[in-house]
Amino acid sequence: MPQTPAADAQASTEASFPAAVRDAAVAALIALGLSAPMMGLVPVQSPQGLVLEQRWAPVAIAVAVVFAGRLLLNLTLWRPGRVKRVGYVPPKLEAKLAGLARFLGPLAIAGAVAMPLLPFTERYAIDLGILVLTYVMLGWGLNIVVGLAGLLDLGYVAFYAVGAYSYALLAQYFGLSFWICLPLAGILAAFWGVILGFPVLRLRGDYLAIVTLAFGEIIRIVLLNWYWVTGGPNGISGIPRPSFFGIDFDRGPDGFAATFGLDYSPLHRILFLYYLILALALLTNFVTIRLRRLPIGRAWEALREDEIACRSLGINTVTTKLTAFAIGASFAGFAGSFFATRQGFISPESFVFMESAMILAIVVLGGMGSQFGVAIAAVVMIGGFELFREFSDYRMITFGLVMVLVMIWRPRGLVSSRSPSVFLKEKKAISGSLVQEGHG
Amino acid sequence: MEYFLQQLINGVTLGSIYGLIAIGYTMVYGIVGMINFAHGDVFMVGAFMALIVYLALVAIGITFVPLALLVVLIVAMALTALYGWTVERIAYRPLRGSFRLAPLISAIGMSIFLQNYVQLAQGARVKPLPPVVPGGHQFGAAEGFVVNISNVQILIVVTTVALMAIFTVIVAKTSLGRAQRACEQDRKMASLLGVDVDRTISLTFVMGAALASVAGLMYLLYYGVVDFYIGFVAGVKAFTAAVLGGIGSLPGAMLGGLLIGLIETFWSAYFSVEYKDVAAFSILAIVLIFLPSGLLGRPEVEKV
Amino acid sequence: MTEELPALPDDVLLRVEHLTMRFGGLTAVNDVSFDVRRGEITALIGPNGAGKTTVFNCITGFYKPTAGRLPLKSHEGVLLLERLRDHQISRKANVARTFQNIRLFGGMTALENLLVAQHEPLMKASGLTVLGVLGIGGFNRAERQAIEKAKVWLERIGLIDRADDPAADLPYGDQRRLEIARAMCTNPVLLCLDEPAAGLNPRESLELNALLRSIRDDDGAAVLLIEHDMSVVMEISDHVVVLDYGKKISDGSPKAVRDDPKVIAAYLGVEDEEVADVEREVEGAEAAR
Repeated sequence: MPQTPAADAQASTEASFPAAVRDAAVAALIALGLSAPMMGLVPVQSPQGLVLEQRWAPVAIAVAVVFAGRLLLNLTLWRPGRVKRVGYVPPKLEAKLAGLARFLGPLAIAGAVAMPLLPFTERYAIDLGILVLTYVMLGWGLNIVVGLAGLLDLGYVAFYAVGAYSYALLAQYFGLSFWICLPLAGILAAFWGVILGFPVLRLRGDYLAIVTLAFGEIIRIVLLNWYWVTGGPNGISGIPRPSFFGIDFDRGPDGFAATFGLDYSPLHRILFLYYLILALALLTNFVTIRLRRLPIGRAWEALREDEIACRSLGINTVTTKLTAFAIGASFAGFAGSFFATRQGFISPESFVFMESAMILAIVVLGGMGSQFGVAIAAVVMIGGFELFREFSDYRMITFGLVMVLVMIWRPRGLVSSRSPSVFLKEKKAISGSLVQEGHG
Repeated sequence: MEYFLQQLINGVTLGSIYGLIAIGYTMVYGIVGMINFAHGDVFMVGAFMALIVYLALVAIGITFVPLALLVVLIVAMALTALYGWTVERIAYRPLRGSFRLAPLISAIGMSIFLQNYVQLAQGARVKPLPPVVPGGHQFGAAEGFVVNISNVQILIVVTTVALMAIFTVIVAKTSLGRAQRACEQDRKMASLLGVDVDRTISLTFVMGAALASVAGLMYLLYYGVVDFYIGFVAGVKAFTAAVLGGIGSLPGAMLGGLLIGLIETFWSAYFSVEYKDVAAFSILAIVLIFLPSGLLGRPEVEKV
Repeated sequence: MTEELPALPDDVLLRVEHLTMRFGGLTAVNDVSFDVRRGEITALIGPNGAGKTTVFNCITGFYKPTAGRLPLKSHEGVLLLERLRDHQISRKANVARTFQNIRLFGGMTALENLLVAQHEPLMKASGLTVLGVLGIGGFNRAERQAIEKAKVWLERIGLIDRADDPAADLPYGDQRRLEIARAMCTNPVLLCLDEPAAGLNPRESLELNALLRSIRDDDGAAVLLIEHDMSVVMEISDHVVVLDYGKKISDGSPKAVRDDPKVIAAYLGVEDEEVADVEREVEGAEAAR
């Protein structure tokens, strides 16, 4: 399916070089209008109150970049007469890629298992791996709600918060261990998923998105202000670290190293956390794959395709949607309690709307419904995000820009084709353009 | 009583600001059927533009406040409108007719971009501006209670009412308004009948952004501070206002803005300031669940 | 429910009793009564805007009627359709339907479409998902049976070779038949079809007639259909009900209805006062013959 790039319709009909220059000049002029006041004049505090400081260098750079970029694009990608096929992948190739994913999946899992044991792997890489895997898990969890059931949830981070706070509070007040709290956190998150999900299920897509956003914010504000339970903005610290099924990772005689006759190393705990989140993520993946082949999973996808037809076939849309919400939320709950035990400290700061947007972006950019695409998107986004740590000022702005550009390039995400849950003779990938994305 | 009247006045002022932002949401939703997630940030850009233009005027020696404010209003509207136009052109137009989620994700990306762009360009610190419009009036001294109305509050309410009137006339009477309503009904048919759909949609974004910049100016005058983060919460509340009033309806947006402003003010005054955003968000949820077409909106019928 | 359920005669499957549906001030269906009998194909016809689809939506639970009752004999006994929620209509009352503008799950394969229709039994077999996730219980066997049933229907509608293709890729006529097969996979006692022949070419139309007859005769399901194509109606229906402006104006065998002057008047669009004239004309013509 050819996509229309952001090319001016006029620019593509005029064929000459001067036209391209003229168009780029207009764009540069607009850039000047946009950037001159915002970037060139900066109010700063002085003894006389706010005064404007002039900074014309960034404006000049911005205008030059826009002019050069637009000119270059006009002469290459947006050249008049060029068939516009940005982001187009032939269906056959796409099917091949989807088939490749079947081999790449196990390969990637093997790589993930082996990675920390490789001789050249540093501690930093394992830490990064833990972070990436947390987002892979969150992405897969949200994928159930957004990708399969087609319910647009912008408040997913709320369930992540419920999981984290459940573990922190249960451990703090009742002294329960991580392994008891993990399922409890999942159940509590699922419970909240049902509570918040129930009233909003009748809403259509955009409205559902905004209400879930509101719910996410409400939960965060409550966590922020409910001092005597949650510690407010100070959060909860001293959350117990995980134990190896009861054996602590410490130097003591009963510690992990001593028990197994190893030399004590702080790396043991990191490794344990890494394999823990890997196992949790793979569990999410396994359950999702199973669910897709069960009637409930098919009902989710059918719901995404056509809700009215579902009702005519005797599918209870309310409970079907609620299960999607609850199961998606429970995985966020698991991930949340993992997050709490890894950090040892949580505060509402970690559960802002940006996190929800990030997880949703992983799902949508990866390709809704595609487990493989979501994993790739999580690795690329979170990994990329961390690699650019030194340019932390420019990370978020780039992130926002990349979101816009990827949507323009491939509105359906990286892997857009759908693989059928069952087949008679031959499993054929279904082109993304046929797959609906849900209405509510 | 005294306290109540005072809060009423504060609520109406705040509601006017929300109403101005809400119009942008409601017009865009009406015509392209998407939540312009970046609109709150366009409002934030508008507030910055107002601040910068005002300081620039002070710097070149224009200190006569009414003239300065008029110039600020016009220039900030124009500059912010340019932002609105560009956002639509870059992030939304290429996705028109695409999958429903794509524009929403693109809008979230645009919102993140704008926030961080302003943070980078202008710094993360809040910008405090000493009161530009000082003074006010006291009422009720004779009756034994005192209620204050500041000149800023009067200015905000009057400007809002005037702009509201102007825009209602534009939408009701001009050919642009007719084209907008035609596109709302049926975009394909409108284009077959010779309406320039792209231009109409662009102008809708331009109008929305211009009004948001007025809201930004009002916000700046009222609170005296701006920072790069004000767009998010104000945006969600203004969207709530648009939904409450009935999305797609201009008077509805204004009414919704007023109600949200009043609810927030009274909630803060009588219950708790910390949970004022919870009040606004809860209303959003309640309205959408029980009254999805809003107060003045048209109900939507499910077609089987 | 203490209220006494109406006793239906043996051959009556669904009785529409004084059905009325108002939308605001508009009365779309006004006091309509008719019977749908077992082993028959009943056609509901009438000019555009006569209220046919509204009657359909009341029967299939998408609208709650303003007044009237809809007793139906399902596998479980007599039920009042207007008391059931939309998804229960299919589950409890065994009424299935298709839609005027085809509503297949376009991004899912033909086979998957037929499996979604068997949601209820499969859901039970998967132990409400819990056992299914763990891979225990009789789910695999139940799924094999469901696939077998789907295969039977794919054979019957001639789409077995396209079982693994997405429904949205199928030609229009095939989509219509697949939608009927999907509805039949829910084991209905009553199959409601909303303009099944719309947009079909003559050959496809003939295939459809054969399919509907076979559903009536081999599957024992009663068929209620809305149709504009008179040739289809006259050809296959056993019983025709005519609506006009929300009211029933005629009810009987295809022949009786075809000769009913009120029907002719409704289709020719004459005013009420002129009906008498038309009636006289028709009588005159018949006498002359």
